[in-house]
Amino acid sequence: MTKEELKGVYKTYQDLPLTPITSVNSSSNRTGFWKTNKPVLDESKCIKCNICWKFCPDVAISMNDDEFPKFDLGHCKGCGICAHECPKDAITMVMEGDVA
Amino acid sequence: MKMVMTGNYASAYGAKVCRAEVISAYPITPQTSVVEKIASLVSSGEMKAQFVNVESEHSAMAALISASMTGARTYTATSSHGLLLMHELLIWAAGARTPIVMSNICRANGPPWSVWADHHDAMAQRDTGWMQVFCEGNQEVLDSIIMSYKLAERPDIRLPSMINEDAFILSHTVEPVDVPDMELVDEFLPSYNPRFKLDVDEPYGFGSLVMPDMYMEFRYKINEAMEAARQGWRDVEKDFEKTFGRNHGGLVEFYNCEDADAVLLIMGSVASTAKDVVDKLCSEGKKVGMARLRVYRPFPVEEIRKLAGMTNIIGICDHSYTFGHWGPMAQEVRGALYGIADQPVMKNYIIGLGGKDMTPEILEKIFLKTLALKDGADQEIEWIGVKGLGGW
Amino acid sequence: MIEIRFHGRGGQGAVVASTILAEASFLEGKEVSAFPFFGVERRGAPVTAYTRIADTKIRNKSGIYAPDYVIVMDPSLLDAVNIAEGLKPGGLILVNTKKSPIQLRKDLGLEDDRKLATVPATDIAIKHRLGSSAAPIVNSSVLGAFAKASGVVGIESLIQSVKKNVPIKIEENAAAAREAYDSVVIH
Repeated sequence: MTKEELKGVYKTYQDLPLTPITSVNSSSNRTGFWKTNKPVLDESKCIKCNICWKFCPDVAISMNDDEFPKFDLGHCKGCGICAHECPKDAITMVMEGDVA
Repeated sequence: MKMVMTGNYASAYGAKVCRAEVISAYPITPQTSVVEKIASLVSSGEMKAQFVNVESEHSAMAALISASMTGARTYTATSSHGLLLMHELLIWAAGARTPIVMSNICRANGPPWSVWADHHDAMAQRDTGWMQVFCEGNQEVLDSIIMSYKLAERPDIRLPSMINEDAFILSHTVEPVDVPDMELVDEFLPSYNPRFKLDVDEPYGFGSLVMPDMYMEFRYKINEAMEAARQGWRDVEKDFEKTFGRNHGGLVEFYNCEDADAVLLIMGSVASTAKDVVDKLCSEGKKVGMARLRVYRPFPVEEIRKLAGMTNIIGICDHSYTFGHWGPMAQEVRGALYGIADQPVMKNYIIGLGGKDMTPEILEKIFLKTLALKDGADQEIEWIGVKGLGGW
Repeated sequence: MIEIRFHGRGGQGAVVASTILAEASFLEGKEVSAFPFFGVERRGAPVTAYTRIADTKIRNKSGIYAPDYVIVMDPSLLDAVNIAEGLKPGGLILVNTKKSPIQLRKDLGLEDDRKLATVPATDIAIKHRLGSSAAPIVNSSVLGAFAKASGVVGIESLIQSVKKNVPIKIEENAAAAREAYDSVVIH
């Protein structure tokens, strides 16, 4: 069975591998549409302390050196932990549809 | 090379000649000398393997599942409460289709606390999806490890295998054991190389959630493999005999069963003693035989039906029990014979729990009781040797 | 089939002795088995171990209740356990003691045809610096005496097995076995 076949549709039990095997990782599972609220950053308050990046349970925040945090909205489920943990209240959770 | 060794050392040498690559175990009486021996073989360099020390049997099995998923050949040994603690991961190992081979030194469960032999620990794992072999001697302990890897790693089987040896009666008793040359074992047992494995260069996810539309399909595949393992054991034993020149009787070993008036069906080391008793009774003109159930999972339905055609009376000697309904082997044998023509008279004996010694004299009494059974005349079950019960 | 029971104390080497004897007979082409009394081992507590020797494959896996021979590793066990229990008529008891077999027969009140043999195995072990004088390792000496007293196994196979099974002081153990072989007294 090849990687391509693993992605196939199974018609009978005989088409299945011995045990459930997935050839894709969870980054391809787009969970971003589960959220009601999304995080919005106020760059004037942000001190680039990394705390939001550390706390994000979905690894949906990326940070490079000397850059502001970026939210991966394709995976962010809108839990608001980043906003809760931010020591400078630089992150606000806003309802998706309400953002201009 | 033929050497004098305990069943536990035979287990350790079994893992060695099969070139087990990852061993993880937690010590428990009476298993300890298996892993002591392996640890010393590894530290001296005689055995090229990774020995992973862990804090429990649960962790030992978890370590082996992961190791097996990388494509390593894996081995562990445990006993009694250690096996019970592993239970969750035994089911996982079968579901993950990891061909782990494990020795279980069959020991009674507490309380009352006991370190002596019975099969209650192993019987409690019947439904985990492991193949289960019960040995009568130390040579069989070693040989069954080699056979187990051969069958367990077969691409259409891919199930773990548990080799059961009776506490002390085998584990701590020295007997002559032929340790085969590793080159000969290499010839018999190719290296294990699964198509999908834990590999950072080719990553896959394993054991993920499946929806109700798919779960039964995966479970059916385990069952299909276990059913195929029945013929698999017969074939492996034939191959083994070709290479090593000995066999241990297939799924059920028949000893003097043809045309016997009565047969005792026994698992494990007690069967060995019973052969002496059969010889004695036959020399006195009594037609008795003994059948040794060697492979308990997959259950040898055909062999049991064949046995029913050889004799009129079967005494089913369970070295275990299920509280409230017979011994486990009796249930399965009666189930296997349900609906066949000329069903033999059957009686269940519960024997030897917690190491109660099964002497030739006691076995002779059971043979004579069984010979005297008439159709439907006796009770279904008798606990042998319980003080104050049934004249014992 | 010959069945032998060993009486010792935890840590004294009775279990190892039962294995050494089995292996010595195995070297002579016999079928053998040896096992300890299946207990929870404790240092100093009375322990028993057993050896079976036969010309054909040994299938009996049950305990030994009527031995042909009894070996007592430590004279203090004579008060602690019934060493003659189950011993077959005509059987032999070998005791590690300085006493003569005649004296020992009187002390034990043994008045039948069962034979007694004695060997000062403790003195022999101390002389060959096996273990300490407080806790001498007597199993090689006792087995050397047994080879002579019983004739069950030859001294050369026994010494070969001793050498293979003792972890240290290999030559000393072999010498002790040989000295005990020459010192045992039978009555």
